[in-house]
Amino acid sequence: MEDSRLPASYMTPGTSSFADFLSGQAPDLLPGRRAVPQGHAGDLAPHGTTIVAATFPGGVLMAGDRRATMGNIIAQRDIEKVFPADEYSCVGIAGSAGLAVELVRLFQTELEHYEKIEGMTLSLDGKANRLAGLIRGNLAMAMQGLAVVPLFAGFDTAAGQGRIFSYDVTGGRYEETAFHSVGSGSLFARGSLKKLYRDDLDEAGCVTAIVQALYDAADDDSATGGPDLTRRIFPVVQVITAEGGRRIPDAEVAAIADAVIAGRMNRPDGPAAALT
Amino acid sequence: MSMPFYVSPEQLMKDRADFARKGIARGRSVVAVQYADGVLFASENPSQALHKVSEIYDRIAFAAVGRYNEFENLRIAGVRLADMRGYAYDRRDVTGRGLANAYAQTLGTIFSSGGEKPYEVEIFVAETGDTAAEDQIYRLTYQGQVTDEHQYAVMGGADEVVAAYLKEHYVEGSSLDEAVHLAVAALGQGPEDGNGSSGGRVIPAADLEVAVLDRTRSQPRKFMRLVPARLEALLGDREPPASAPESPATEIDPTDIPVDTPDASSGDTPG
Repeated sequence: MEDSRLPASYMTPGTSSFADFLSGQAPDLLPGRRAVPQGHAGDLAPHGTTIVAATFPGGVLMAGDRRATMGNIIAQRDIEKVFPADEYSCVGIAGSAGLAVELVRLFQTELEHYEKIEGMTLSLDGKANRLAGLIRGNLAMAMQGLAVVPLFAGFDTAAGQGRIFSYDVTGGRYEETAFHSVGSGSLFARGSLKKLYRDDLDEAGCVTAIVQALYDAADDDSATGGPDLTRRIFPVVQVITAEGGRRIPDAEVAAIADAVIAGRMNRPDGPAAALT
Repeated sequence: MSMPFYVSPEQLMKDRADFARKGIARGRSVVAVQYADGVLFASENPSQALHKVSEIYDRIAFAAVGRYNEFENLRIAGVRLADMRGYAYDRRDVTGRGLANAYAQTLGTIFSSGGEKPYEVEIFVAETGDTAAEDQIYRLTYQGQVTDEHQYAVMGGADEVVAAYLKEHYVEGSSLDEAVHLAVAALGQGPEDGNGSSGGRVIPAADLEVAVLDRTRSQPRKFMRLVPARLEALLGDREPPASAPESPATEIDPTDIPVDTPDASSGDTPG
């Protein structure tokens, strides 16, 4: 590119979307544009598993376990599946890990690109819709077993609260209230949060509830990794408030996970909820 | 269209250069100053929406003077080039040098091609490194010439007066506070408009566009605009004598200056 003049298409004003620009300039770089031969490709690559998100007054949290599986094999013990999308939002991914990470990179670039070109950030709904568009582009791959299902959460600076959006493989976008989970262990995580979640939990309480939920997911789903005590591998927890997003330091998550495990030593099924 | 008269190539290039230079000189100056934590840009720009200084990538910023539509196109092309490269390779593989080269080729081709009018723009591409010694400021002219600037750089408008002030007062390794004062005082040496009288004006904080590439920021994106409120706090102690010690204009109440000067602005773009 250094050897010659910038192509005319670079100089043409118009789209503020990086994905749209890419589809004209280098469509092969778009994850959804690749031709995949017929057949089921789902077993070829590792899968990411459980992501959990929950809101608390003044913010939103997202956490993911650290396991990637390939059939019965644990492909990776310390994979990261929760990423900051920009300063005020984050995205967690379940499904085909390689494609999902690529999609997250595209989404991150998309948000930053828009911000730089337009001089302002997209609204939270705008970001959620853009992600839906990117997922939709991956439908052909999803039908051959390479599905990517993200969970998107962010702090809505206009509304002053945390919000959560879930997706299906066709790009359907659904706003969730209070908490949500995606991935293979999501049924168990959601059931756990149903009993543990309260909307007056503070940030630390909310992290504990989410770590409990991931523990329950790992307890019943073989593809979800529980806290790895020997290797000291704990969930990735991203928190977003009006001050922006940050990853909770591993030491803090480790302390909470240790407390959760200590509780489970007495009652392996976790804290008991009141009957009425 | 046929060419009825012979024009020597030297004359042709000179005419084109004069044309571009005139367009650039109409706008107000942009200053880039290296300070302890990175590079600071300042310019007199009353518009809050149309920027002369912008972010290109993590460590790379762009500043321009001249025709707005032309440098805006270059800026967008730069963002696209940087994002494309960062996406296809890695964020670290996007460099200021690569971007400056692409701009140089583009501007050079446009300048020497007969079919297009030359761009009336001048550009800075700046990049911060891990230490002050690794900071880079590239200056690109309308004909695609690239120069590597050190310590400070000025372009557009009354660049000579502003550069003279900076040459006299520039100190290496200054703090952000000192750098803002220096850059804003230097801009104040320039005339109110294209051909007004020069002197040590005090430019209101609301009319300044100031941004930094700050290597101490924890985020990977080092570019940050200093919003008017922050500037107000940084420049709160400004007085006319402090910013222009030997200027005869210091006796005039600074608030009178904008009303005093003859309205001779040349209806140019915000650049």
